[in-house]
Amino acid sequence: MMAAGAVEAIAPAKPRPAPRSEFLYFALRNWKFVLGSSVVLAMLLLAVFGPLLTPHKPLSFSGPTQQPPSSDYWFGTTSFGQDVYAQFVYGLRSAFLVGALGGGIAFLVGAAVGFTAGYRGGWTDDLLNMLTNVVLVIPTLAILIIVAAYMNVHSYTTEAVLIGLTSWPWAARAVRAQTFSLKTRDFVDIARLSGRNTRQIVTTEIAPNMSSYLFMMFILLFGGAILIGASLDFLGLGPSTSVSLGLMMNSAFLSSALLLGIWWWFLPPGLGIVAIVGGLYVMNVGLDEIFNPKLREL
Amino acid sequence: MTRYLVRKLFIYLLTFYVAVTIDWAIPRFMPGDPVQQLLSRMHAQPQGQEALTGYYSKSFGFDVPIWKQYLNFWAALFHGDLGRSILYFPTPVWELIRGALPYTLALLVPAIVLSFWAGNKVGALAARRKSLDNTVLPVSYVLTATPQMWLGIVLAWVFASSLAIFPVTGAYDMSIQPAWSLEFAGSFLYHWILPFSALFLVSFGGWAIGMRNMIIYELESDYSNYLGSLGAPNKLVRKYAYRNALLPQITGLALALGAVVAGAIVVEIVFSYPGLGSLTLTAIQNRDYFLIQGIFLFLIIGVLIANFIIDIVYVFIDPRTRIGMQGGA
Amino acid sequence: MSLHVDGLTVYYQSLRGDVKAVDGATFEIADGEIMGLAGESGCGKSTLGKSLIRLDPRMRYLGGHATLDGTELPIWNDRAMNPFRFEHVSIVPQYALSALNPTRHIGKMATELLASRGFDPSSHEKELRRRLELVGLPRDVLHRYPIELSGGMKQRVVLVLSSLLNPSLLIADEITSALDVSTQRAVGELLVEFRDREFVKSMIVITHDLSVLYQVADTILVMYAGRLAEKGPAEDVVHRPRHPYTRLLLSSLPEVGVRYEHKRLRGIPGRPPSLLDPPSGCRFRTRCPLATERCKECPLFAEVEPARSVACWKAAA
Repeated sequence: MMAAGAVEAIAPAKPRPAPRSEFLYFALRNWKFVLGSSVVLAMLLLAVFGPLLTPHKPLSFSGPTQQPPSSDYWFGTTSFGQDVYAQFVYGLRSAFLVGALGGGIAFLVGAAVGFTAGYRGGWTDDLLNMLTNVVLVIPTLAILIIVAAYMNVHSYTTEAVLIGLTSWPWAARAVRAQTFSLKTRDFVDIARLSGRNTRQIVTTEIAPNMSSYLFMMFILLFGGAILIGASLDFLGLGPSTSVSLGLMMNSAFLSSALLLGIWWWFLPPGLGIVAIVGGLYVMNVGLDEIFNPKLREL
Repeated sequence: MTRYLVRKLFIYLLTFYVAVTIDWAIPRFMPGDPVQQLLSRMHAQPQGQEALTGYYSKSFGFDVPIWKQYLNFWAALFHGDLGRSILYFPTPVWELIRGALPYTLALLVPAIVLSFWAGNKVGALAARRKSLDNTVLPVSYVLTATPQMWLGIVLAWVFASSLAIFPVTGAYDMSIQPAWSLEFAGSFLYHWILPFSALFLVSFGGWAIGMRNMIIYELESDYSNYLGSLGAPNKLVRKYAYRNALLPQITGLALALGAVVAGAIVVEIVFSYPGLGSLTLTAIQNRDYFLIQGIFLFLIIGVLIANFIIDIVYVFIDPRTRIGMQGGA
Repeated sequence: MSLHVDGLTVYYQSLRGDVKAVDGATFEIADGEIMGLAGESGCGKSTLGKSLIRLDPRMRYLGGHATLDGTELPIWNDRAMNPFRFEHVSIVPQYALSALNPTRHIGKMATELLASRGFDPSSHEKELRRRLELVGLPRDVLHRYPIELSGGMKQRVVLVLSSLLNPSLLIADEITSALDVSTQRAVGELLVEFRDREFVKSMIVITHDLSVLYQVADTILVMYAGRLAEKGPAEDVVHRPRHPYTRLLLSSLPEVGVRYEHKRLRGIPGRPPSLLDPPSGCRFRTRCPLATERCKECPLFAEVEPARSVACWKAAA
């Protein structure tokens, strides 16, 4: 018997919060995360419920032209008599759609390419790397201009798909780099020895260990897709039959809203984008601090 | 190292090849008949339609088999022949591009260089001073989330329309002829400031954030700690940190080029600045396919070359890549 | 030279409270003495070593004094410590393998470092080259980038650089931990040689490996859970340990030439306590086979023989 004599039990260490609530614990204390996600959430709610609050349809020429904001038309009207508020909230819907779908596709393709290249290595890596580099260097907007010019984009889904298919290389590179460092770890070796195939290893061993990184990457892709979509719409290459924030700016500009001082027409769409994308970026910074204990401020 | 460069060159050539092929392929494989689309826009007389159809088919090269079209395209490319514009017929596409290019470069180059330099400096400063950090960081995030064309519109509205400090359109006063004169230069600058600012501010935000993060990372690194332990003054540590943090920023520059070019296009449109952006819009609106294709190719080649140059420069400035390739210890 | 440390207390701040890494450390090092500082991972030895030259931003100085060659080291004040660093107190850090700026020639970095501290690089160049040759590095190492050197080479470069200005005290923090056994020996011998040639007056060699210390150190100071346990001449501590912890630690070491067929290798049951909330009194009492009620009262680190101190009621008896 080793331990003899009166030995008092060690006082238990202060209880650590359980893993799931640990995230929430830190998340809610991080003002960047709170601020960013609140703004994005607010815009999302506006996108979902905003249209229900107004009787006006975004494209109908219902009201008097070029009216500043009033109680009837909260954001005023365009020079065609359309309700700016209605356009704005419907435009938010398109923005979120493009962001989620475009960002989502870029995420999936990028992650797939990145994981495969990173894990397999060898000539699979070389090949995928080449592919990534090729798509990476070609300016996204240039490709989109050319495709959209010939294609007559009909819906935001199509636009989102196009954006997703051209903005994945950056994500692929990032995922590949992370996978490289993870695949040398022991738990991956064990999984491989126990006979798991590549897909299984990636989805059950590697991806969960990068989950925070992947999530943050998705957020950046989301924001980026919205910005690219706005540029496309502004160029007139997006769908013309529905409303988007970029399209609002396009018509405002083409109708000389600038010179006529119709600020209620061109200010809200840009502000909406800044709010959503800025909110996403700030939220991302907060997430980085939450996931990475070293960055947490004491 | 030569092997590395040759390999890089190969990838760029491959990219060039793919880009040109895409450029060639898309009009031919998209749904719809571009010739018909053109004709319907022109509201041509029925009699003229047949002649025009024949003419355009020939211009697109639809009258010869596909593989021959492809080869012809490449042949023309190497002659510098990007076709003739439809809208500005019979002006060659190349001439239109050449006319618009200086204006775009006048916006792009200073915007890229100055935003990179200023953004990095401010980002580095913000990493050191908490008070500066608290203002620079949120501002930079807002800036980098701002769509460039909207910022252009806002700037134009505030400074041009409302306050009438700066002009709203054009690259120079219409009454002056472009020339190497002080008067022209003055007018040019006057018209240049707002579009430049729109581009500059958005890029600036991105660089500031990136540099700030990189500097913090470098200041926490082992070599910074070691120098500090040996009593090295902050100045030396910061100098090393700055140089090391600059390296990934340069890589980022290559990646960001495409986005800045896109930004330049839309900003030019807002200010009716006679560069490639406005040319693109006009081409799109009028379905001038040859012009669109020409601009597209031109942009891609430009970005490719810039990327390649940055890649080469990077190899020379980062000893780790240089030596890694020579098989270091 | 001599180093006197009196009641040094340094804690780490964390979200959950203070980690009591170094609590009331008092000891002395004489001129020309190599003192080994040993203990388990997390016992505070690295913190003790680091606190004598540069506090981590997370470290909080709470009290105590350190006097080197009669002058007090203002370790609580980062700026005031600067004149002492490199010249009088120097460190070979734990992360020596990544301590050199990867994008700078080693020679250039050394030059810039010296110049920035107000020293003339050219007057030290000859000595620098001499010492590099002494440790067995090729002449052109000054023109190389860190990435071109192996781990052992980098270790030696850092050793030479840190001791270039002939400091009174050199702190070697876990410099053998990442090396293989034969390189460990070579580095250990280098340390002794540097002291013998008076490149460095005295050293604190921090490691968890008692066997290295036995070869290299003159005296050994054993730490446990943030407090000093035992100090004495190396021979004495290893062959006649007086603190129960030291005894158990030494008996955990496998002996060369002994076969463990008939008896098991004995370790120390339990785990080191969390320094967030360490046990009151003697911190070893929860694992100590000799613990009694008295041990709830913190034993003093008292001198039981000349040059021999132990913090244990049983040993002092």
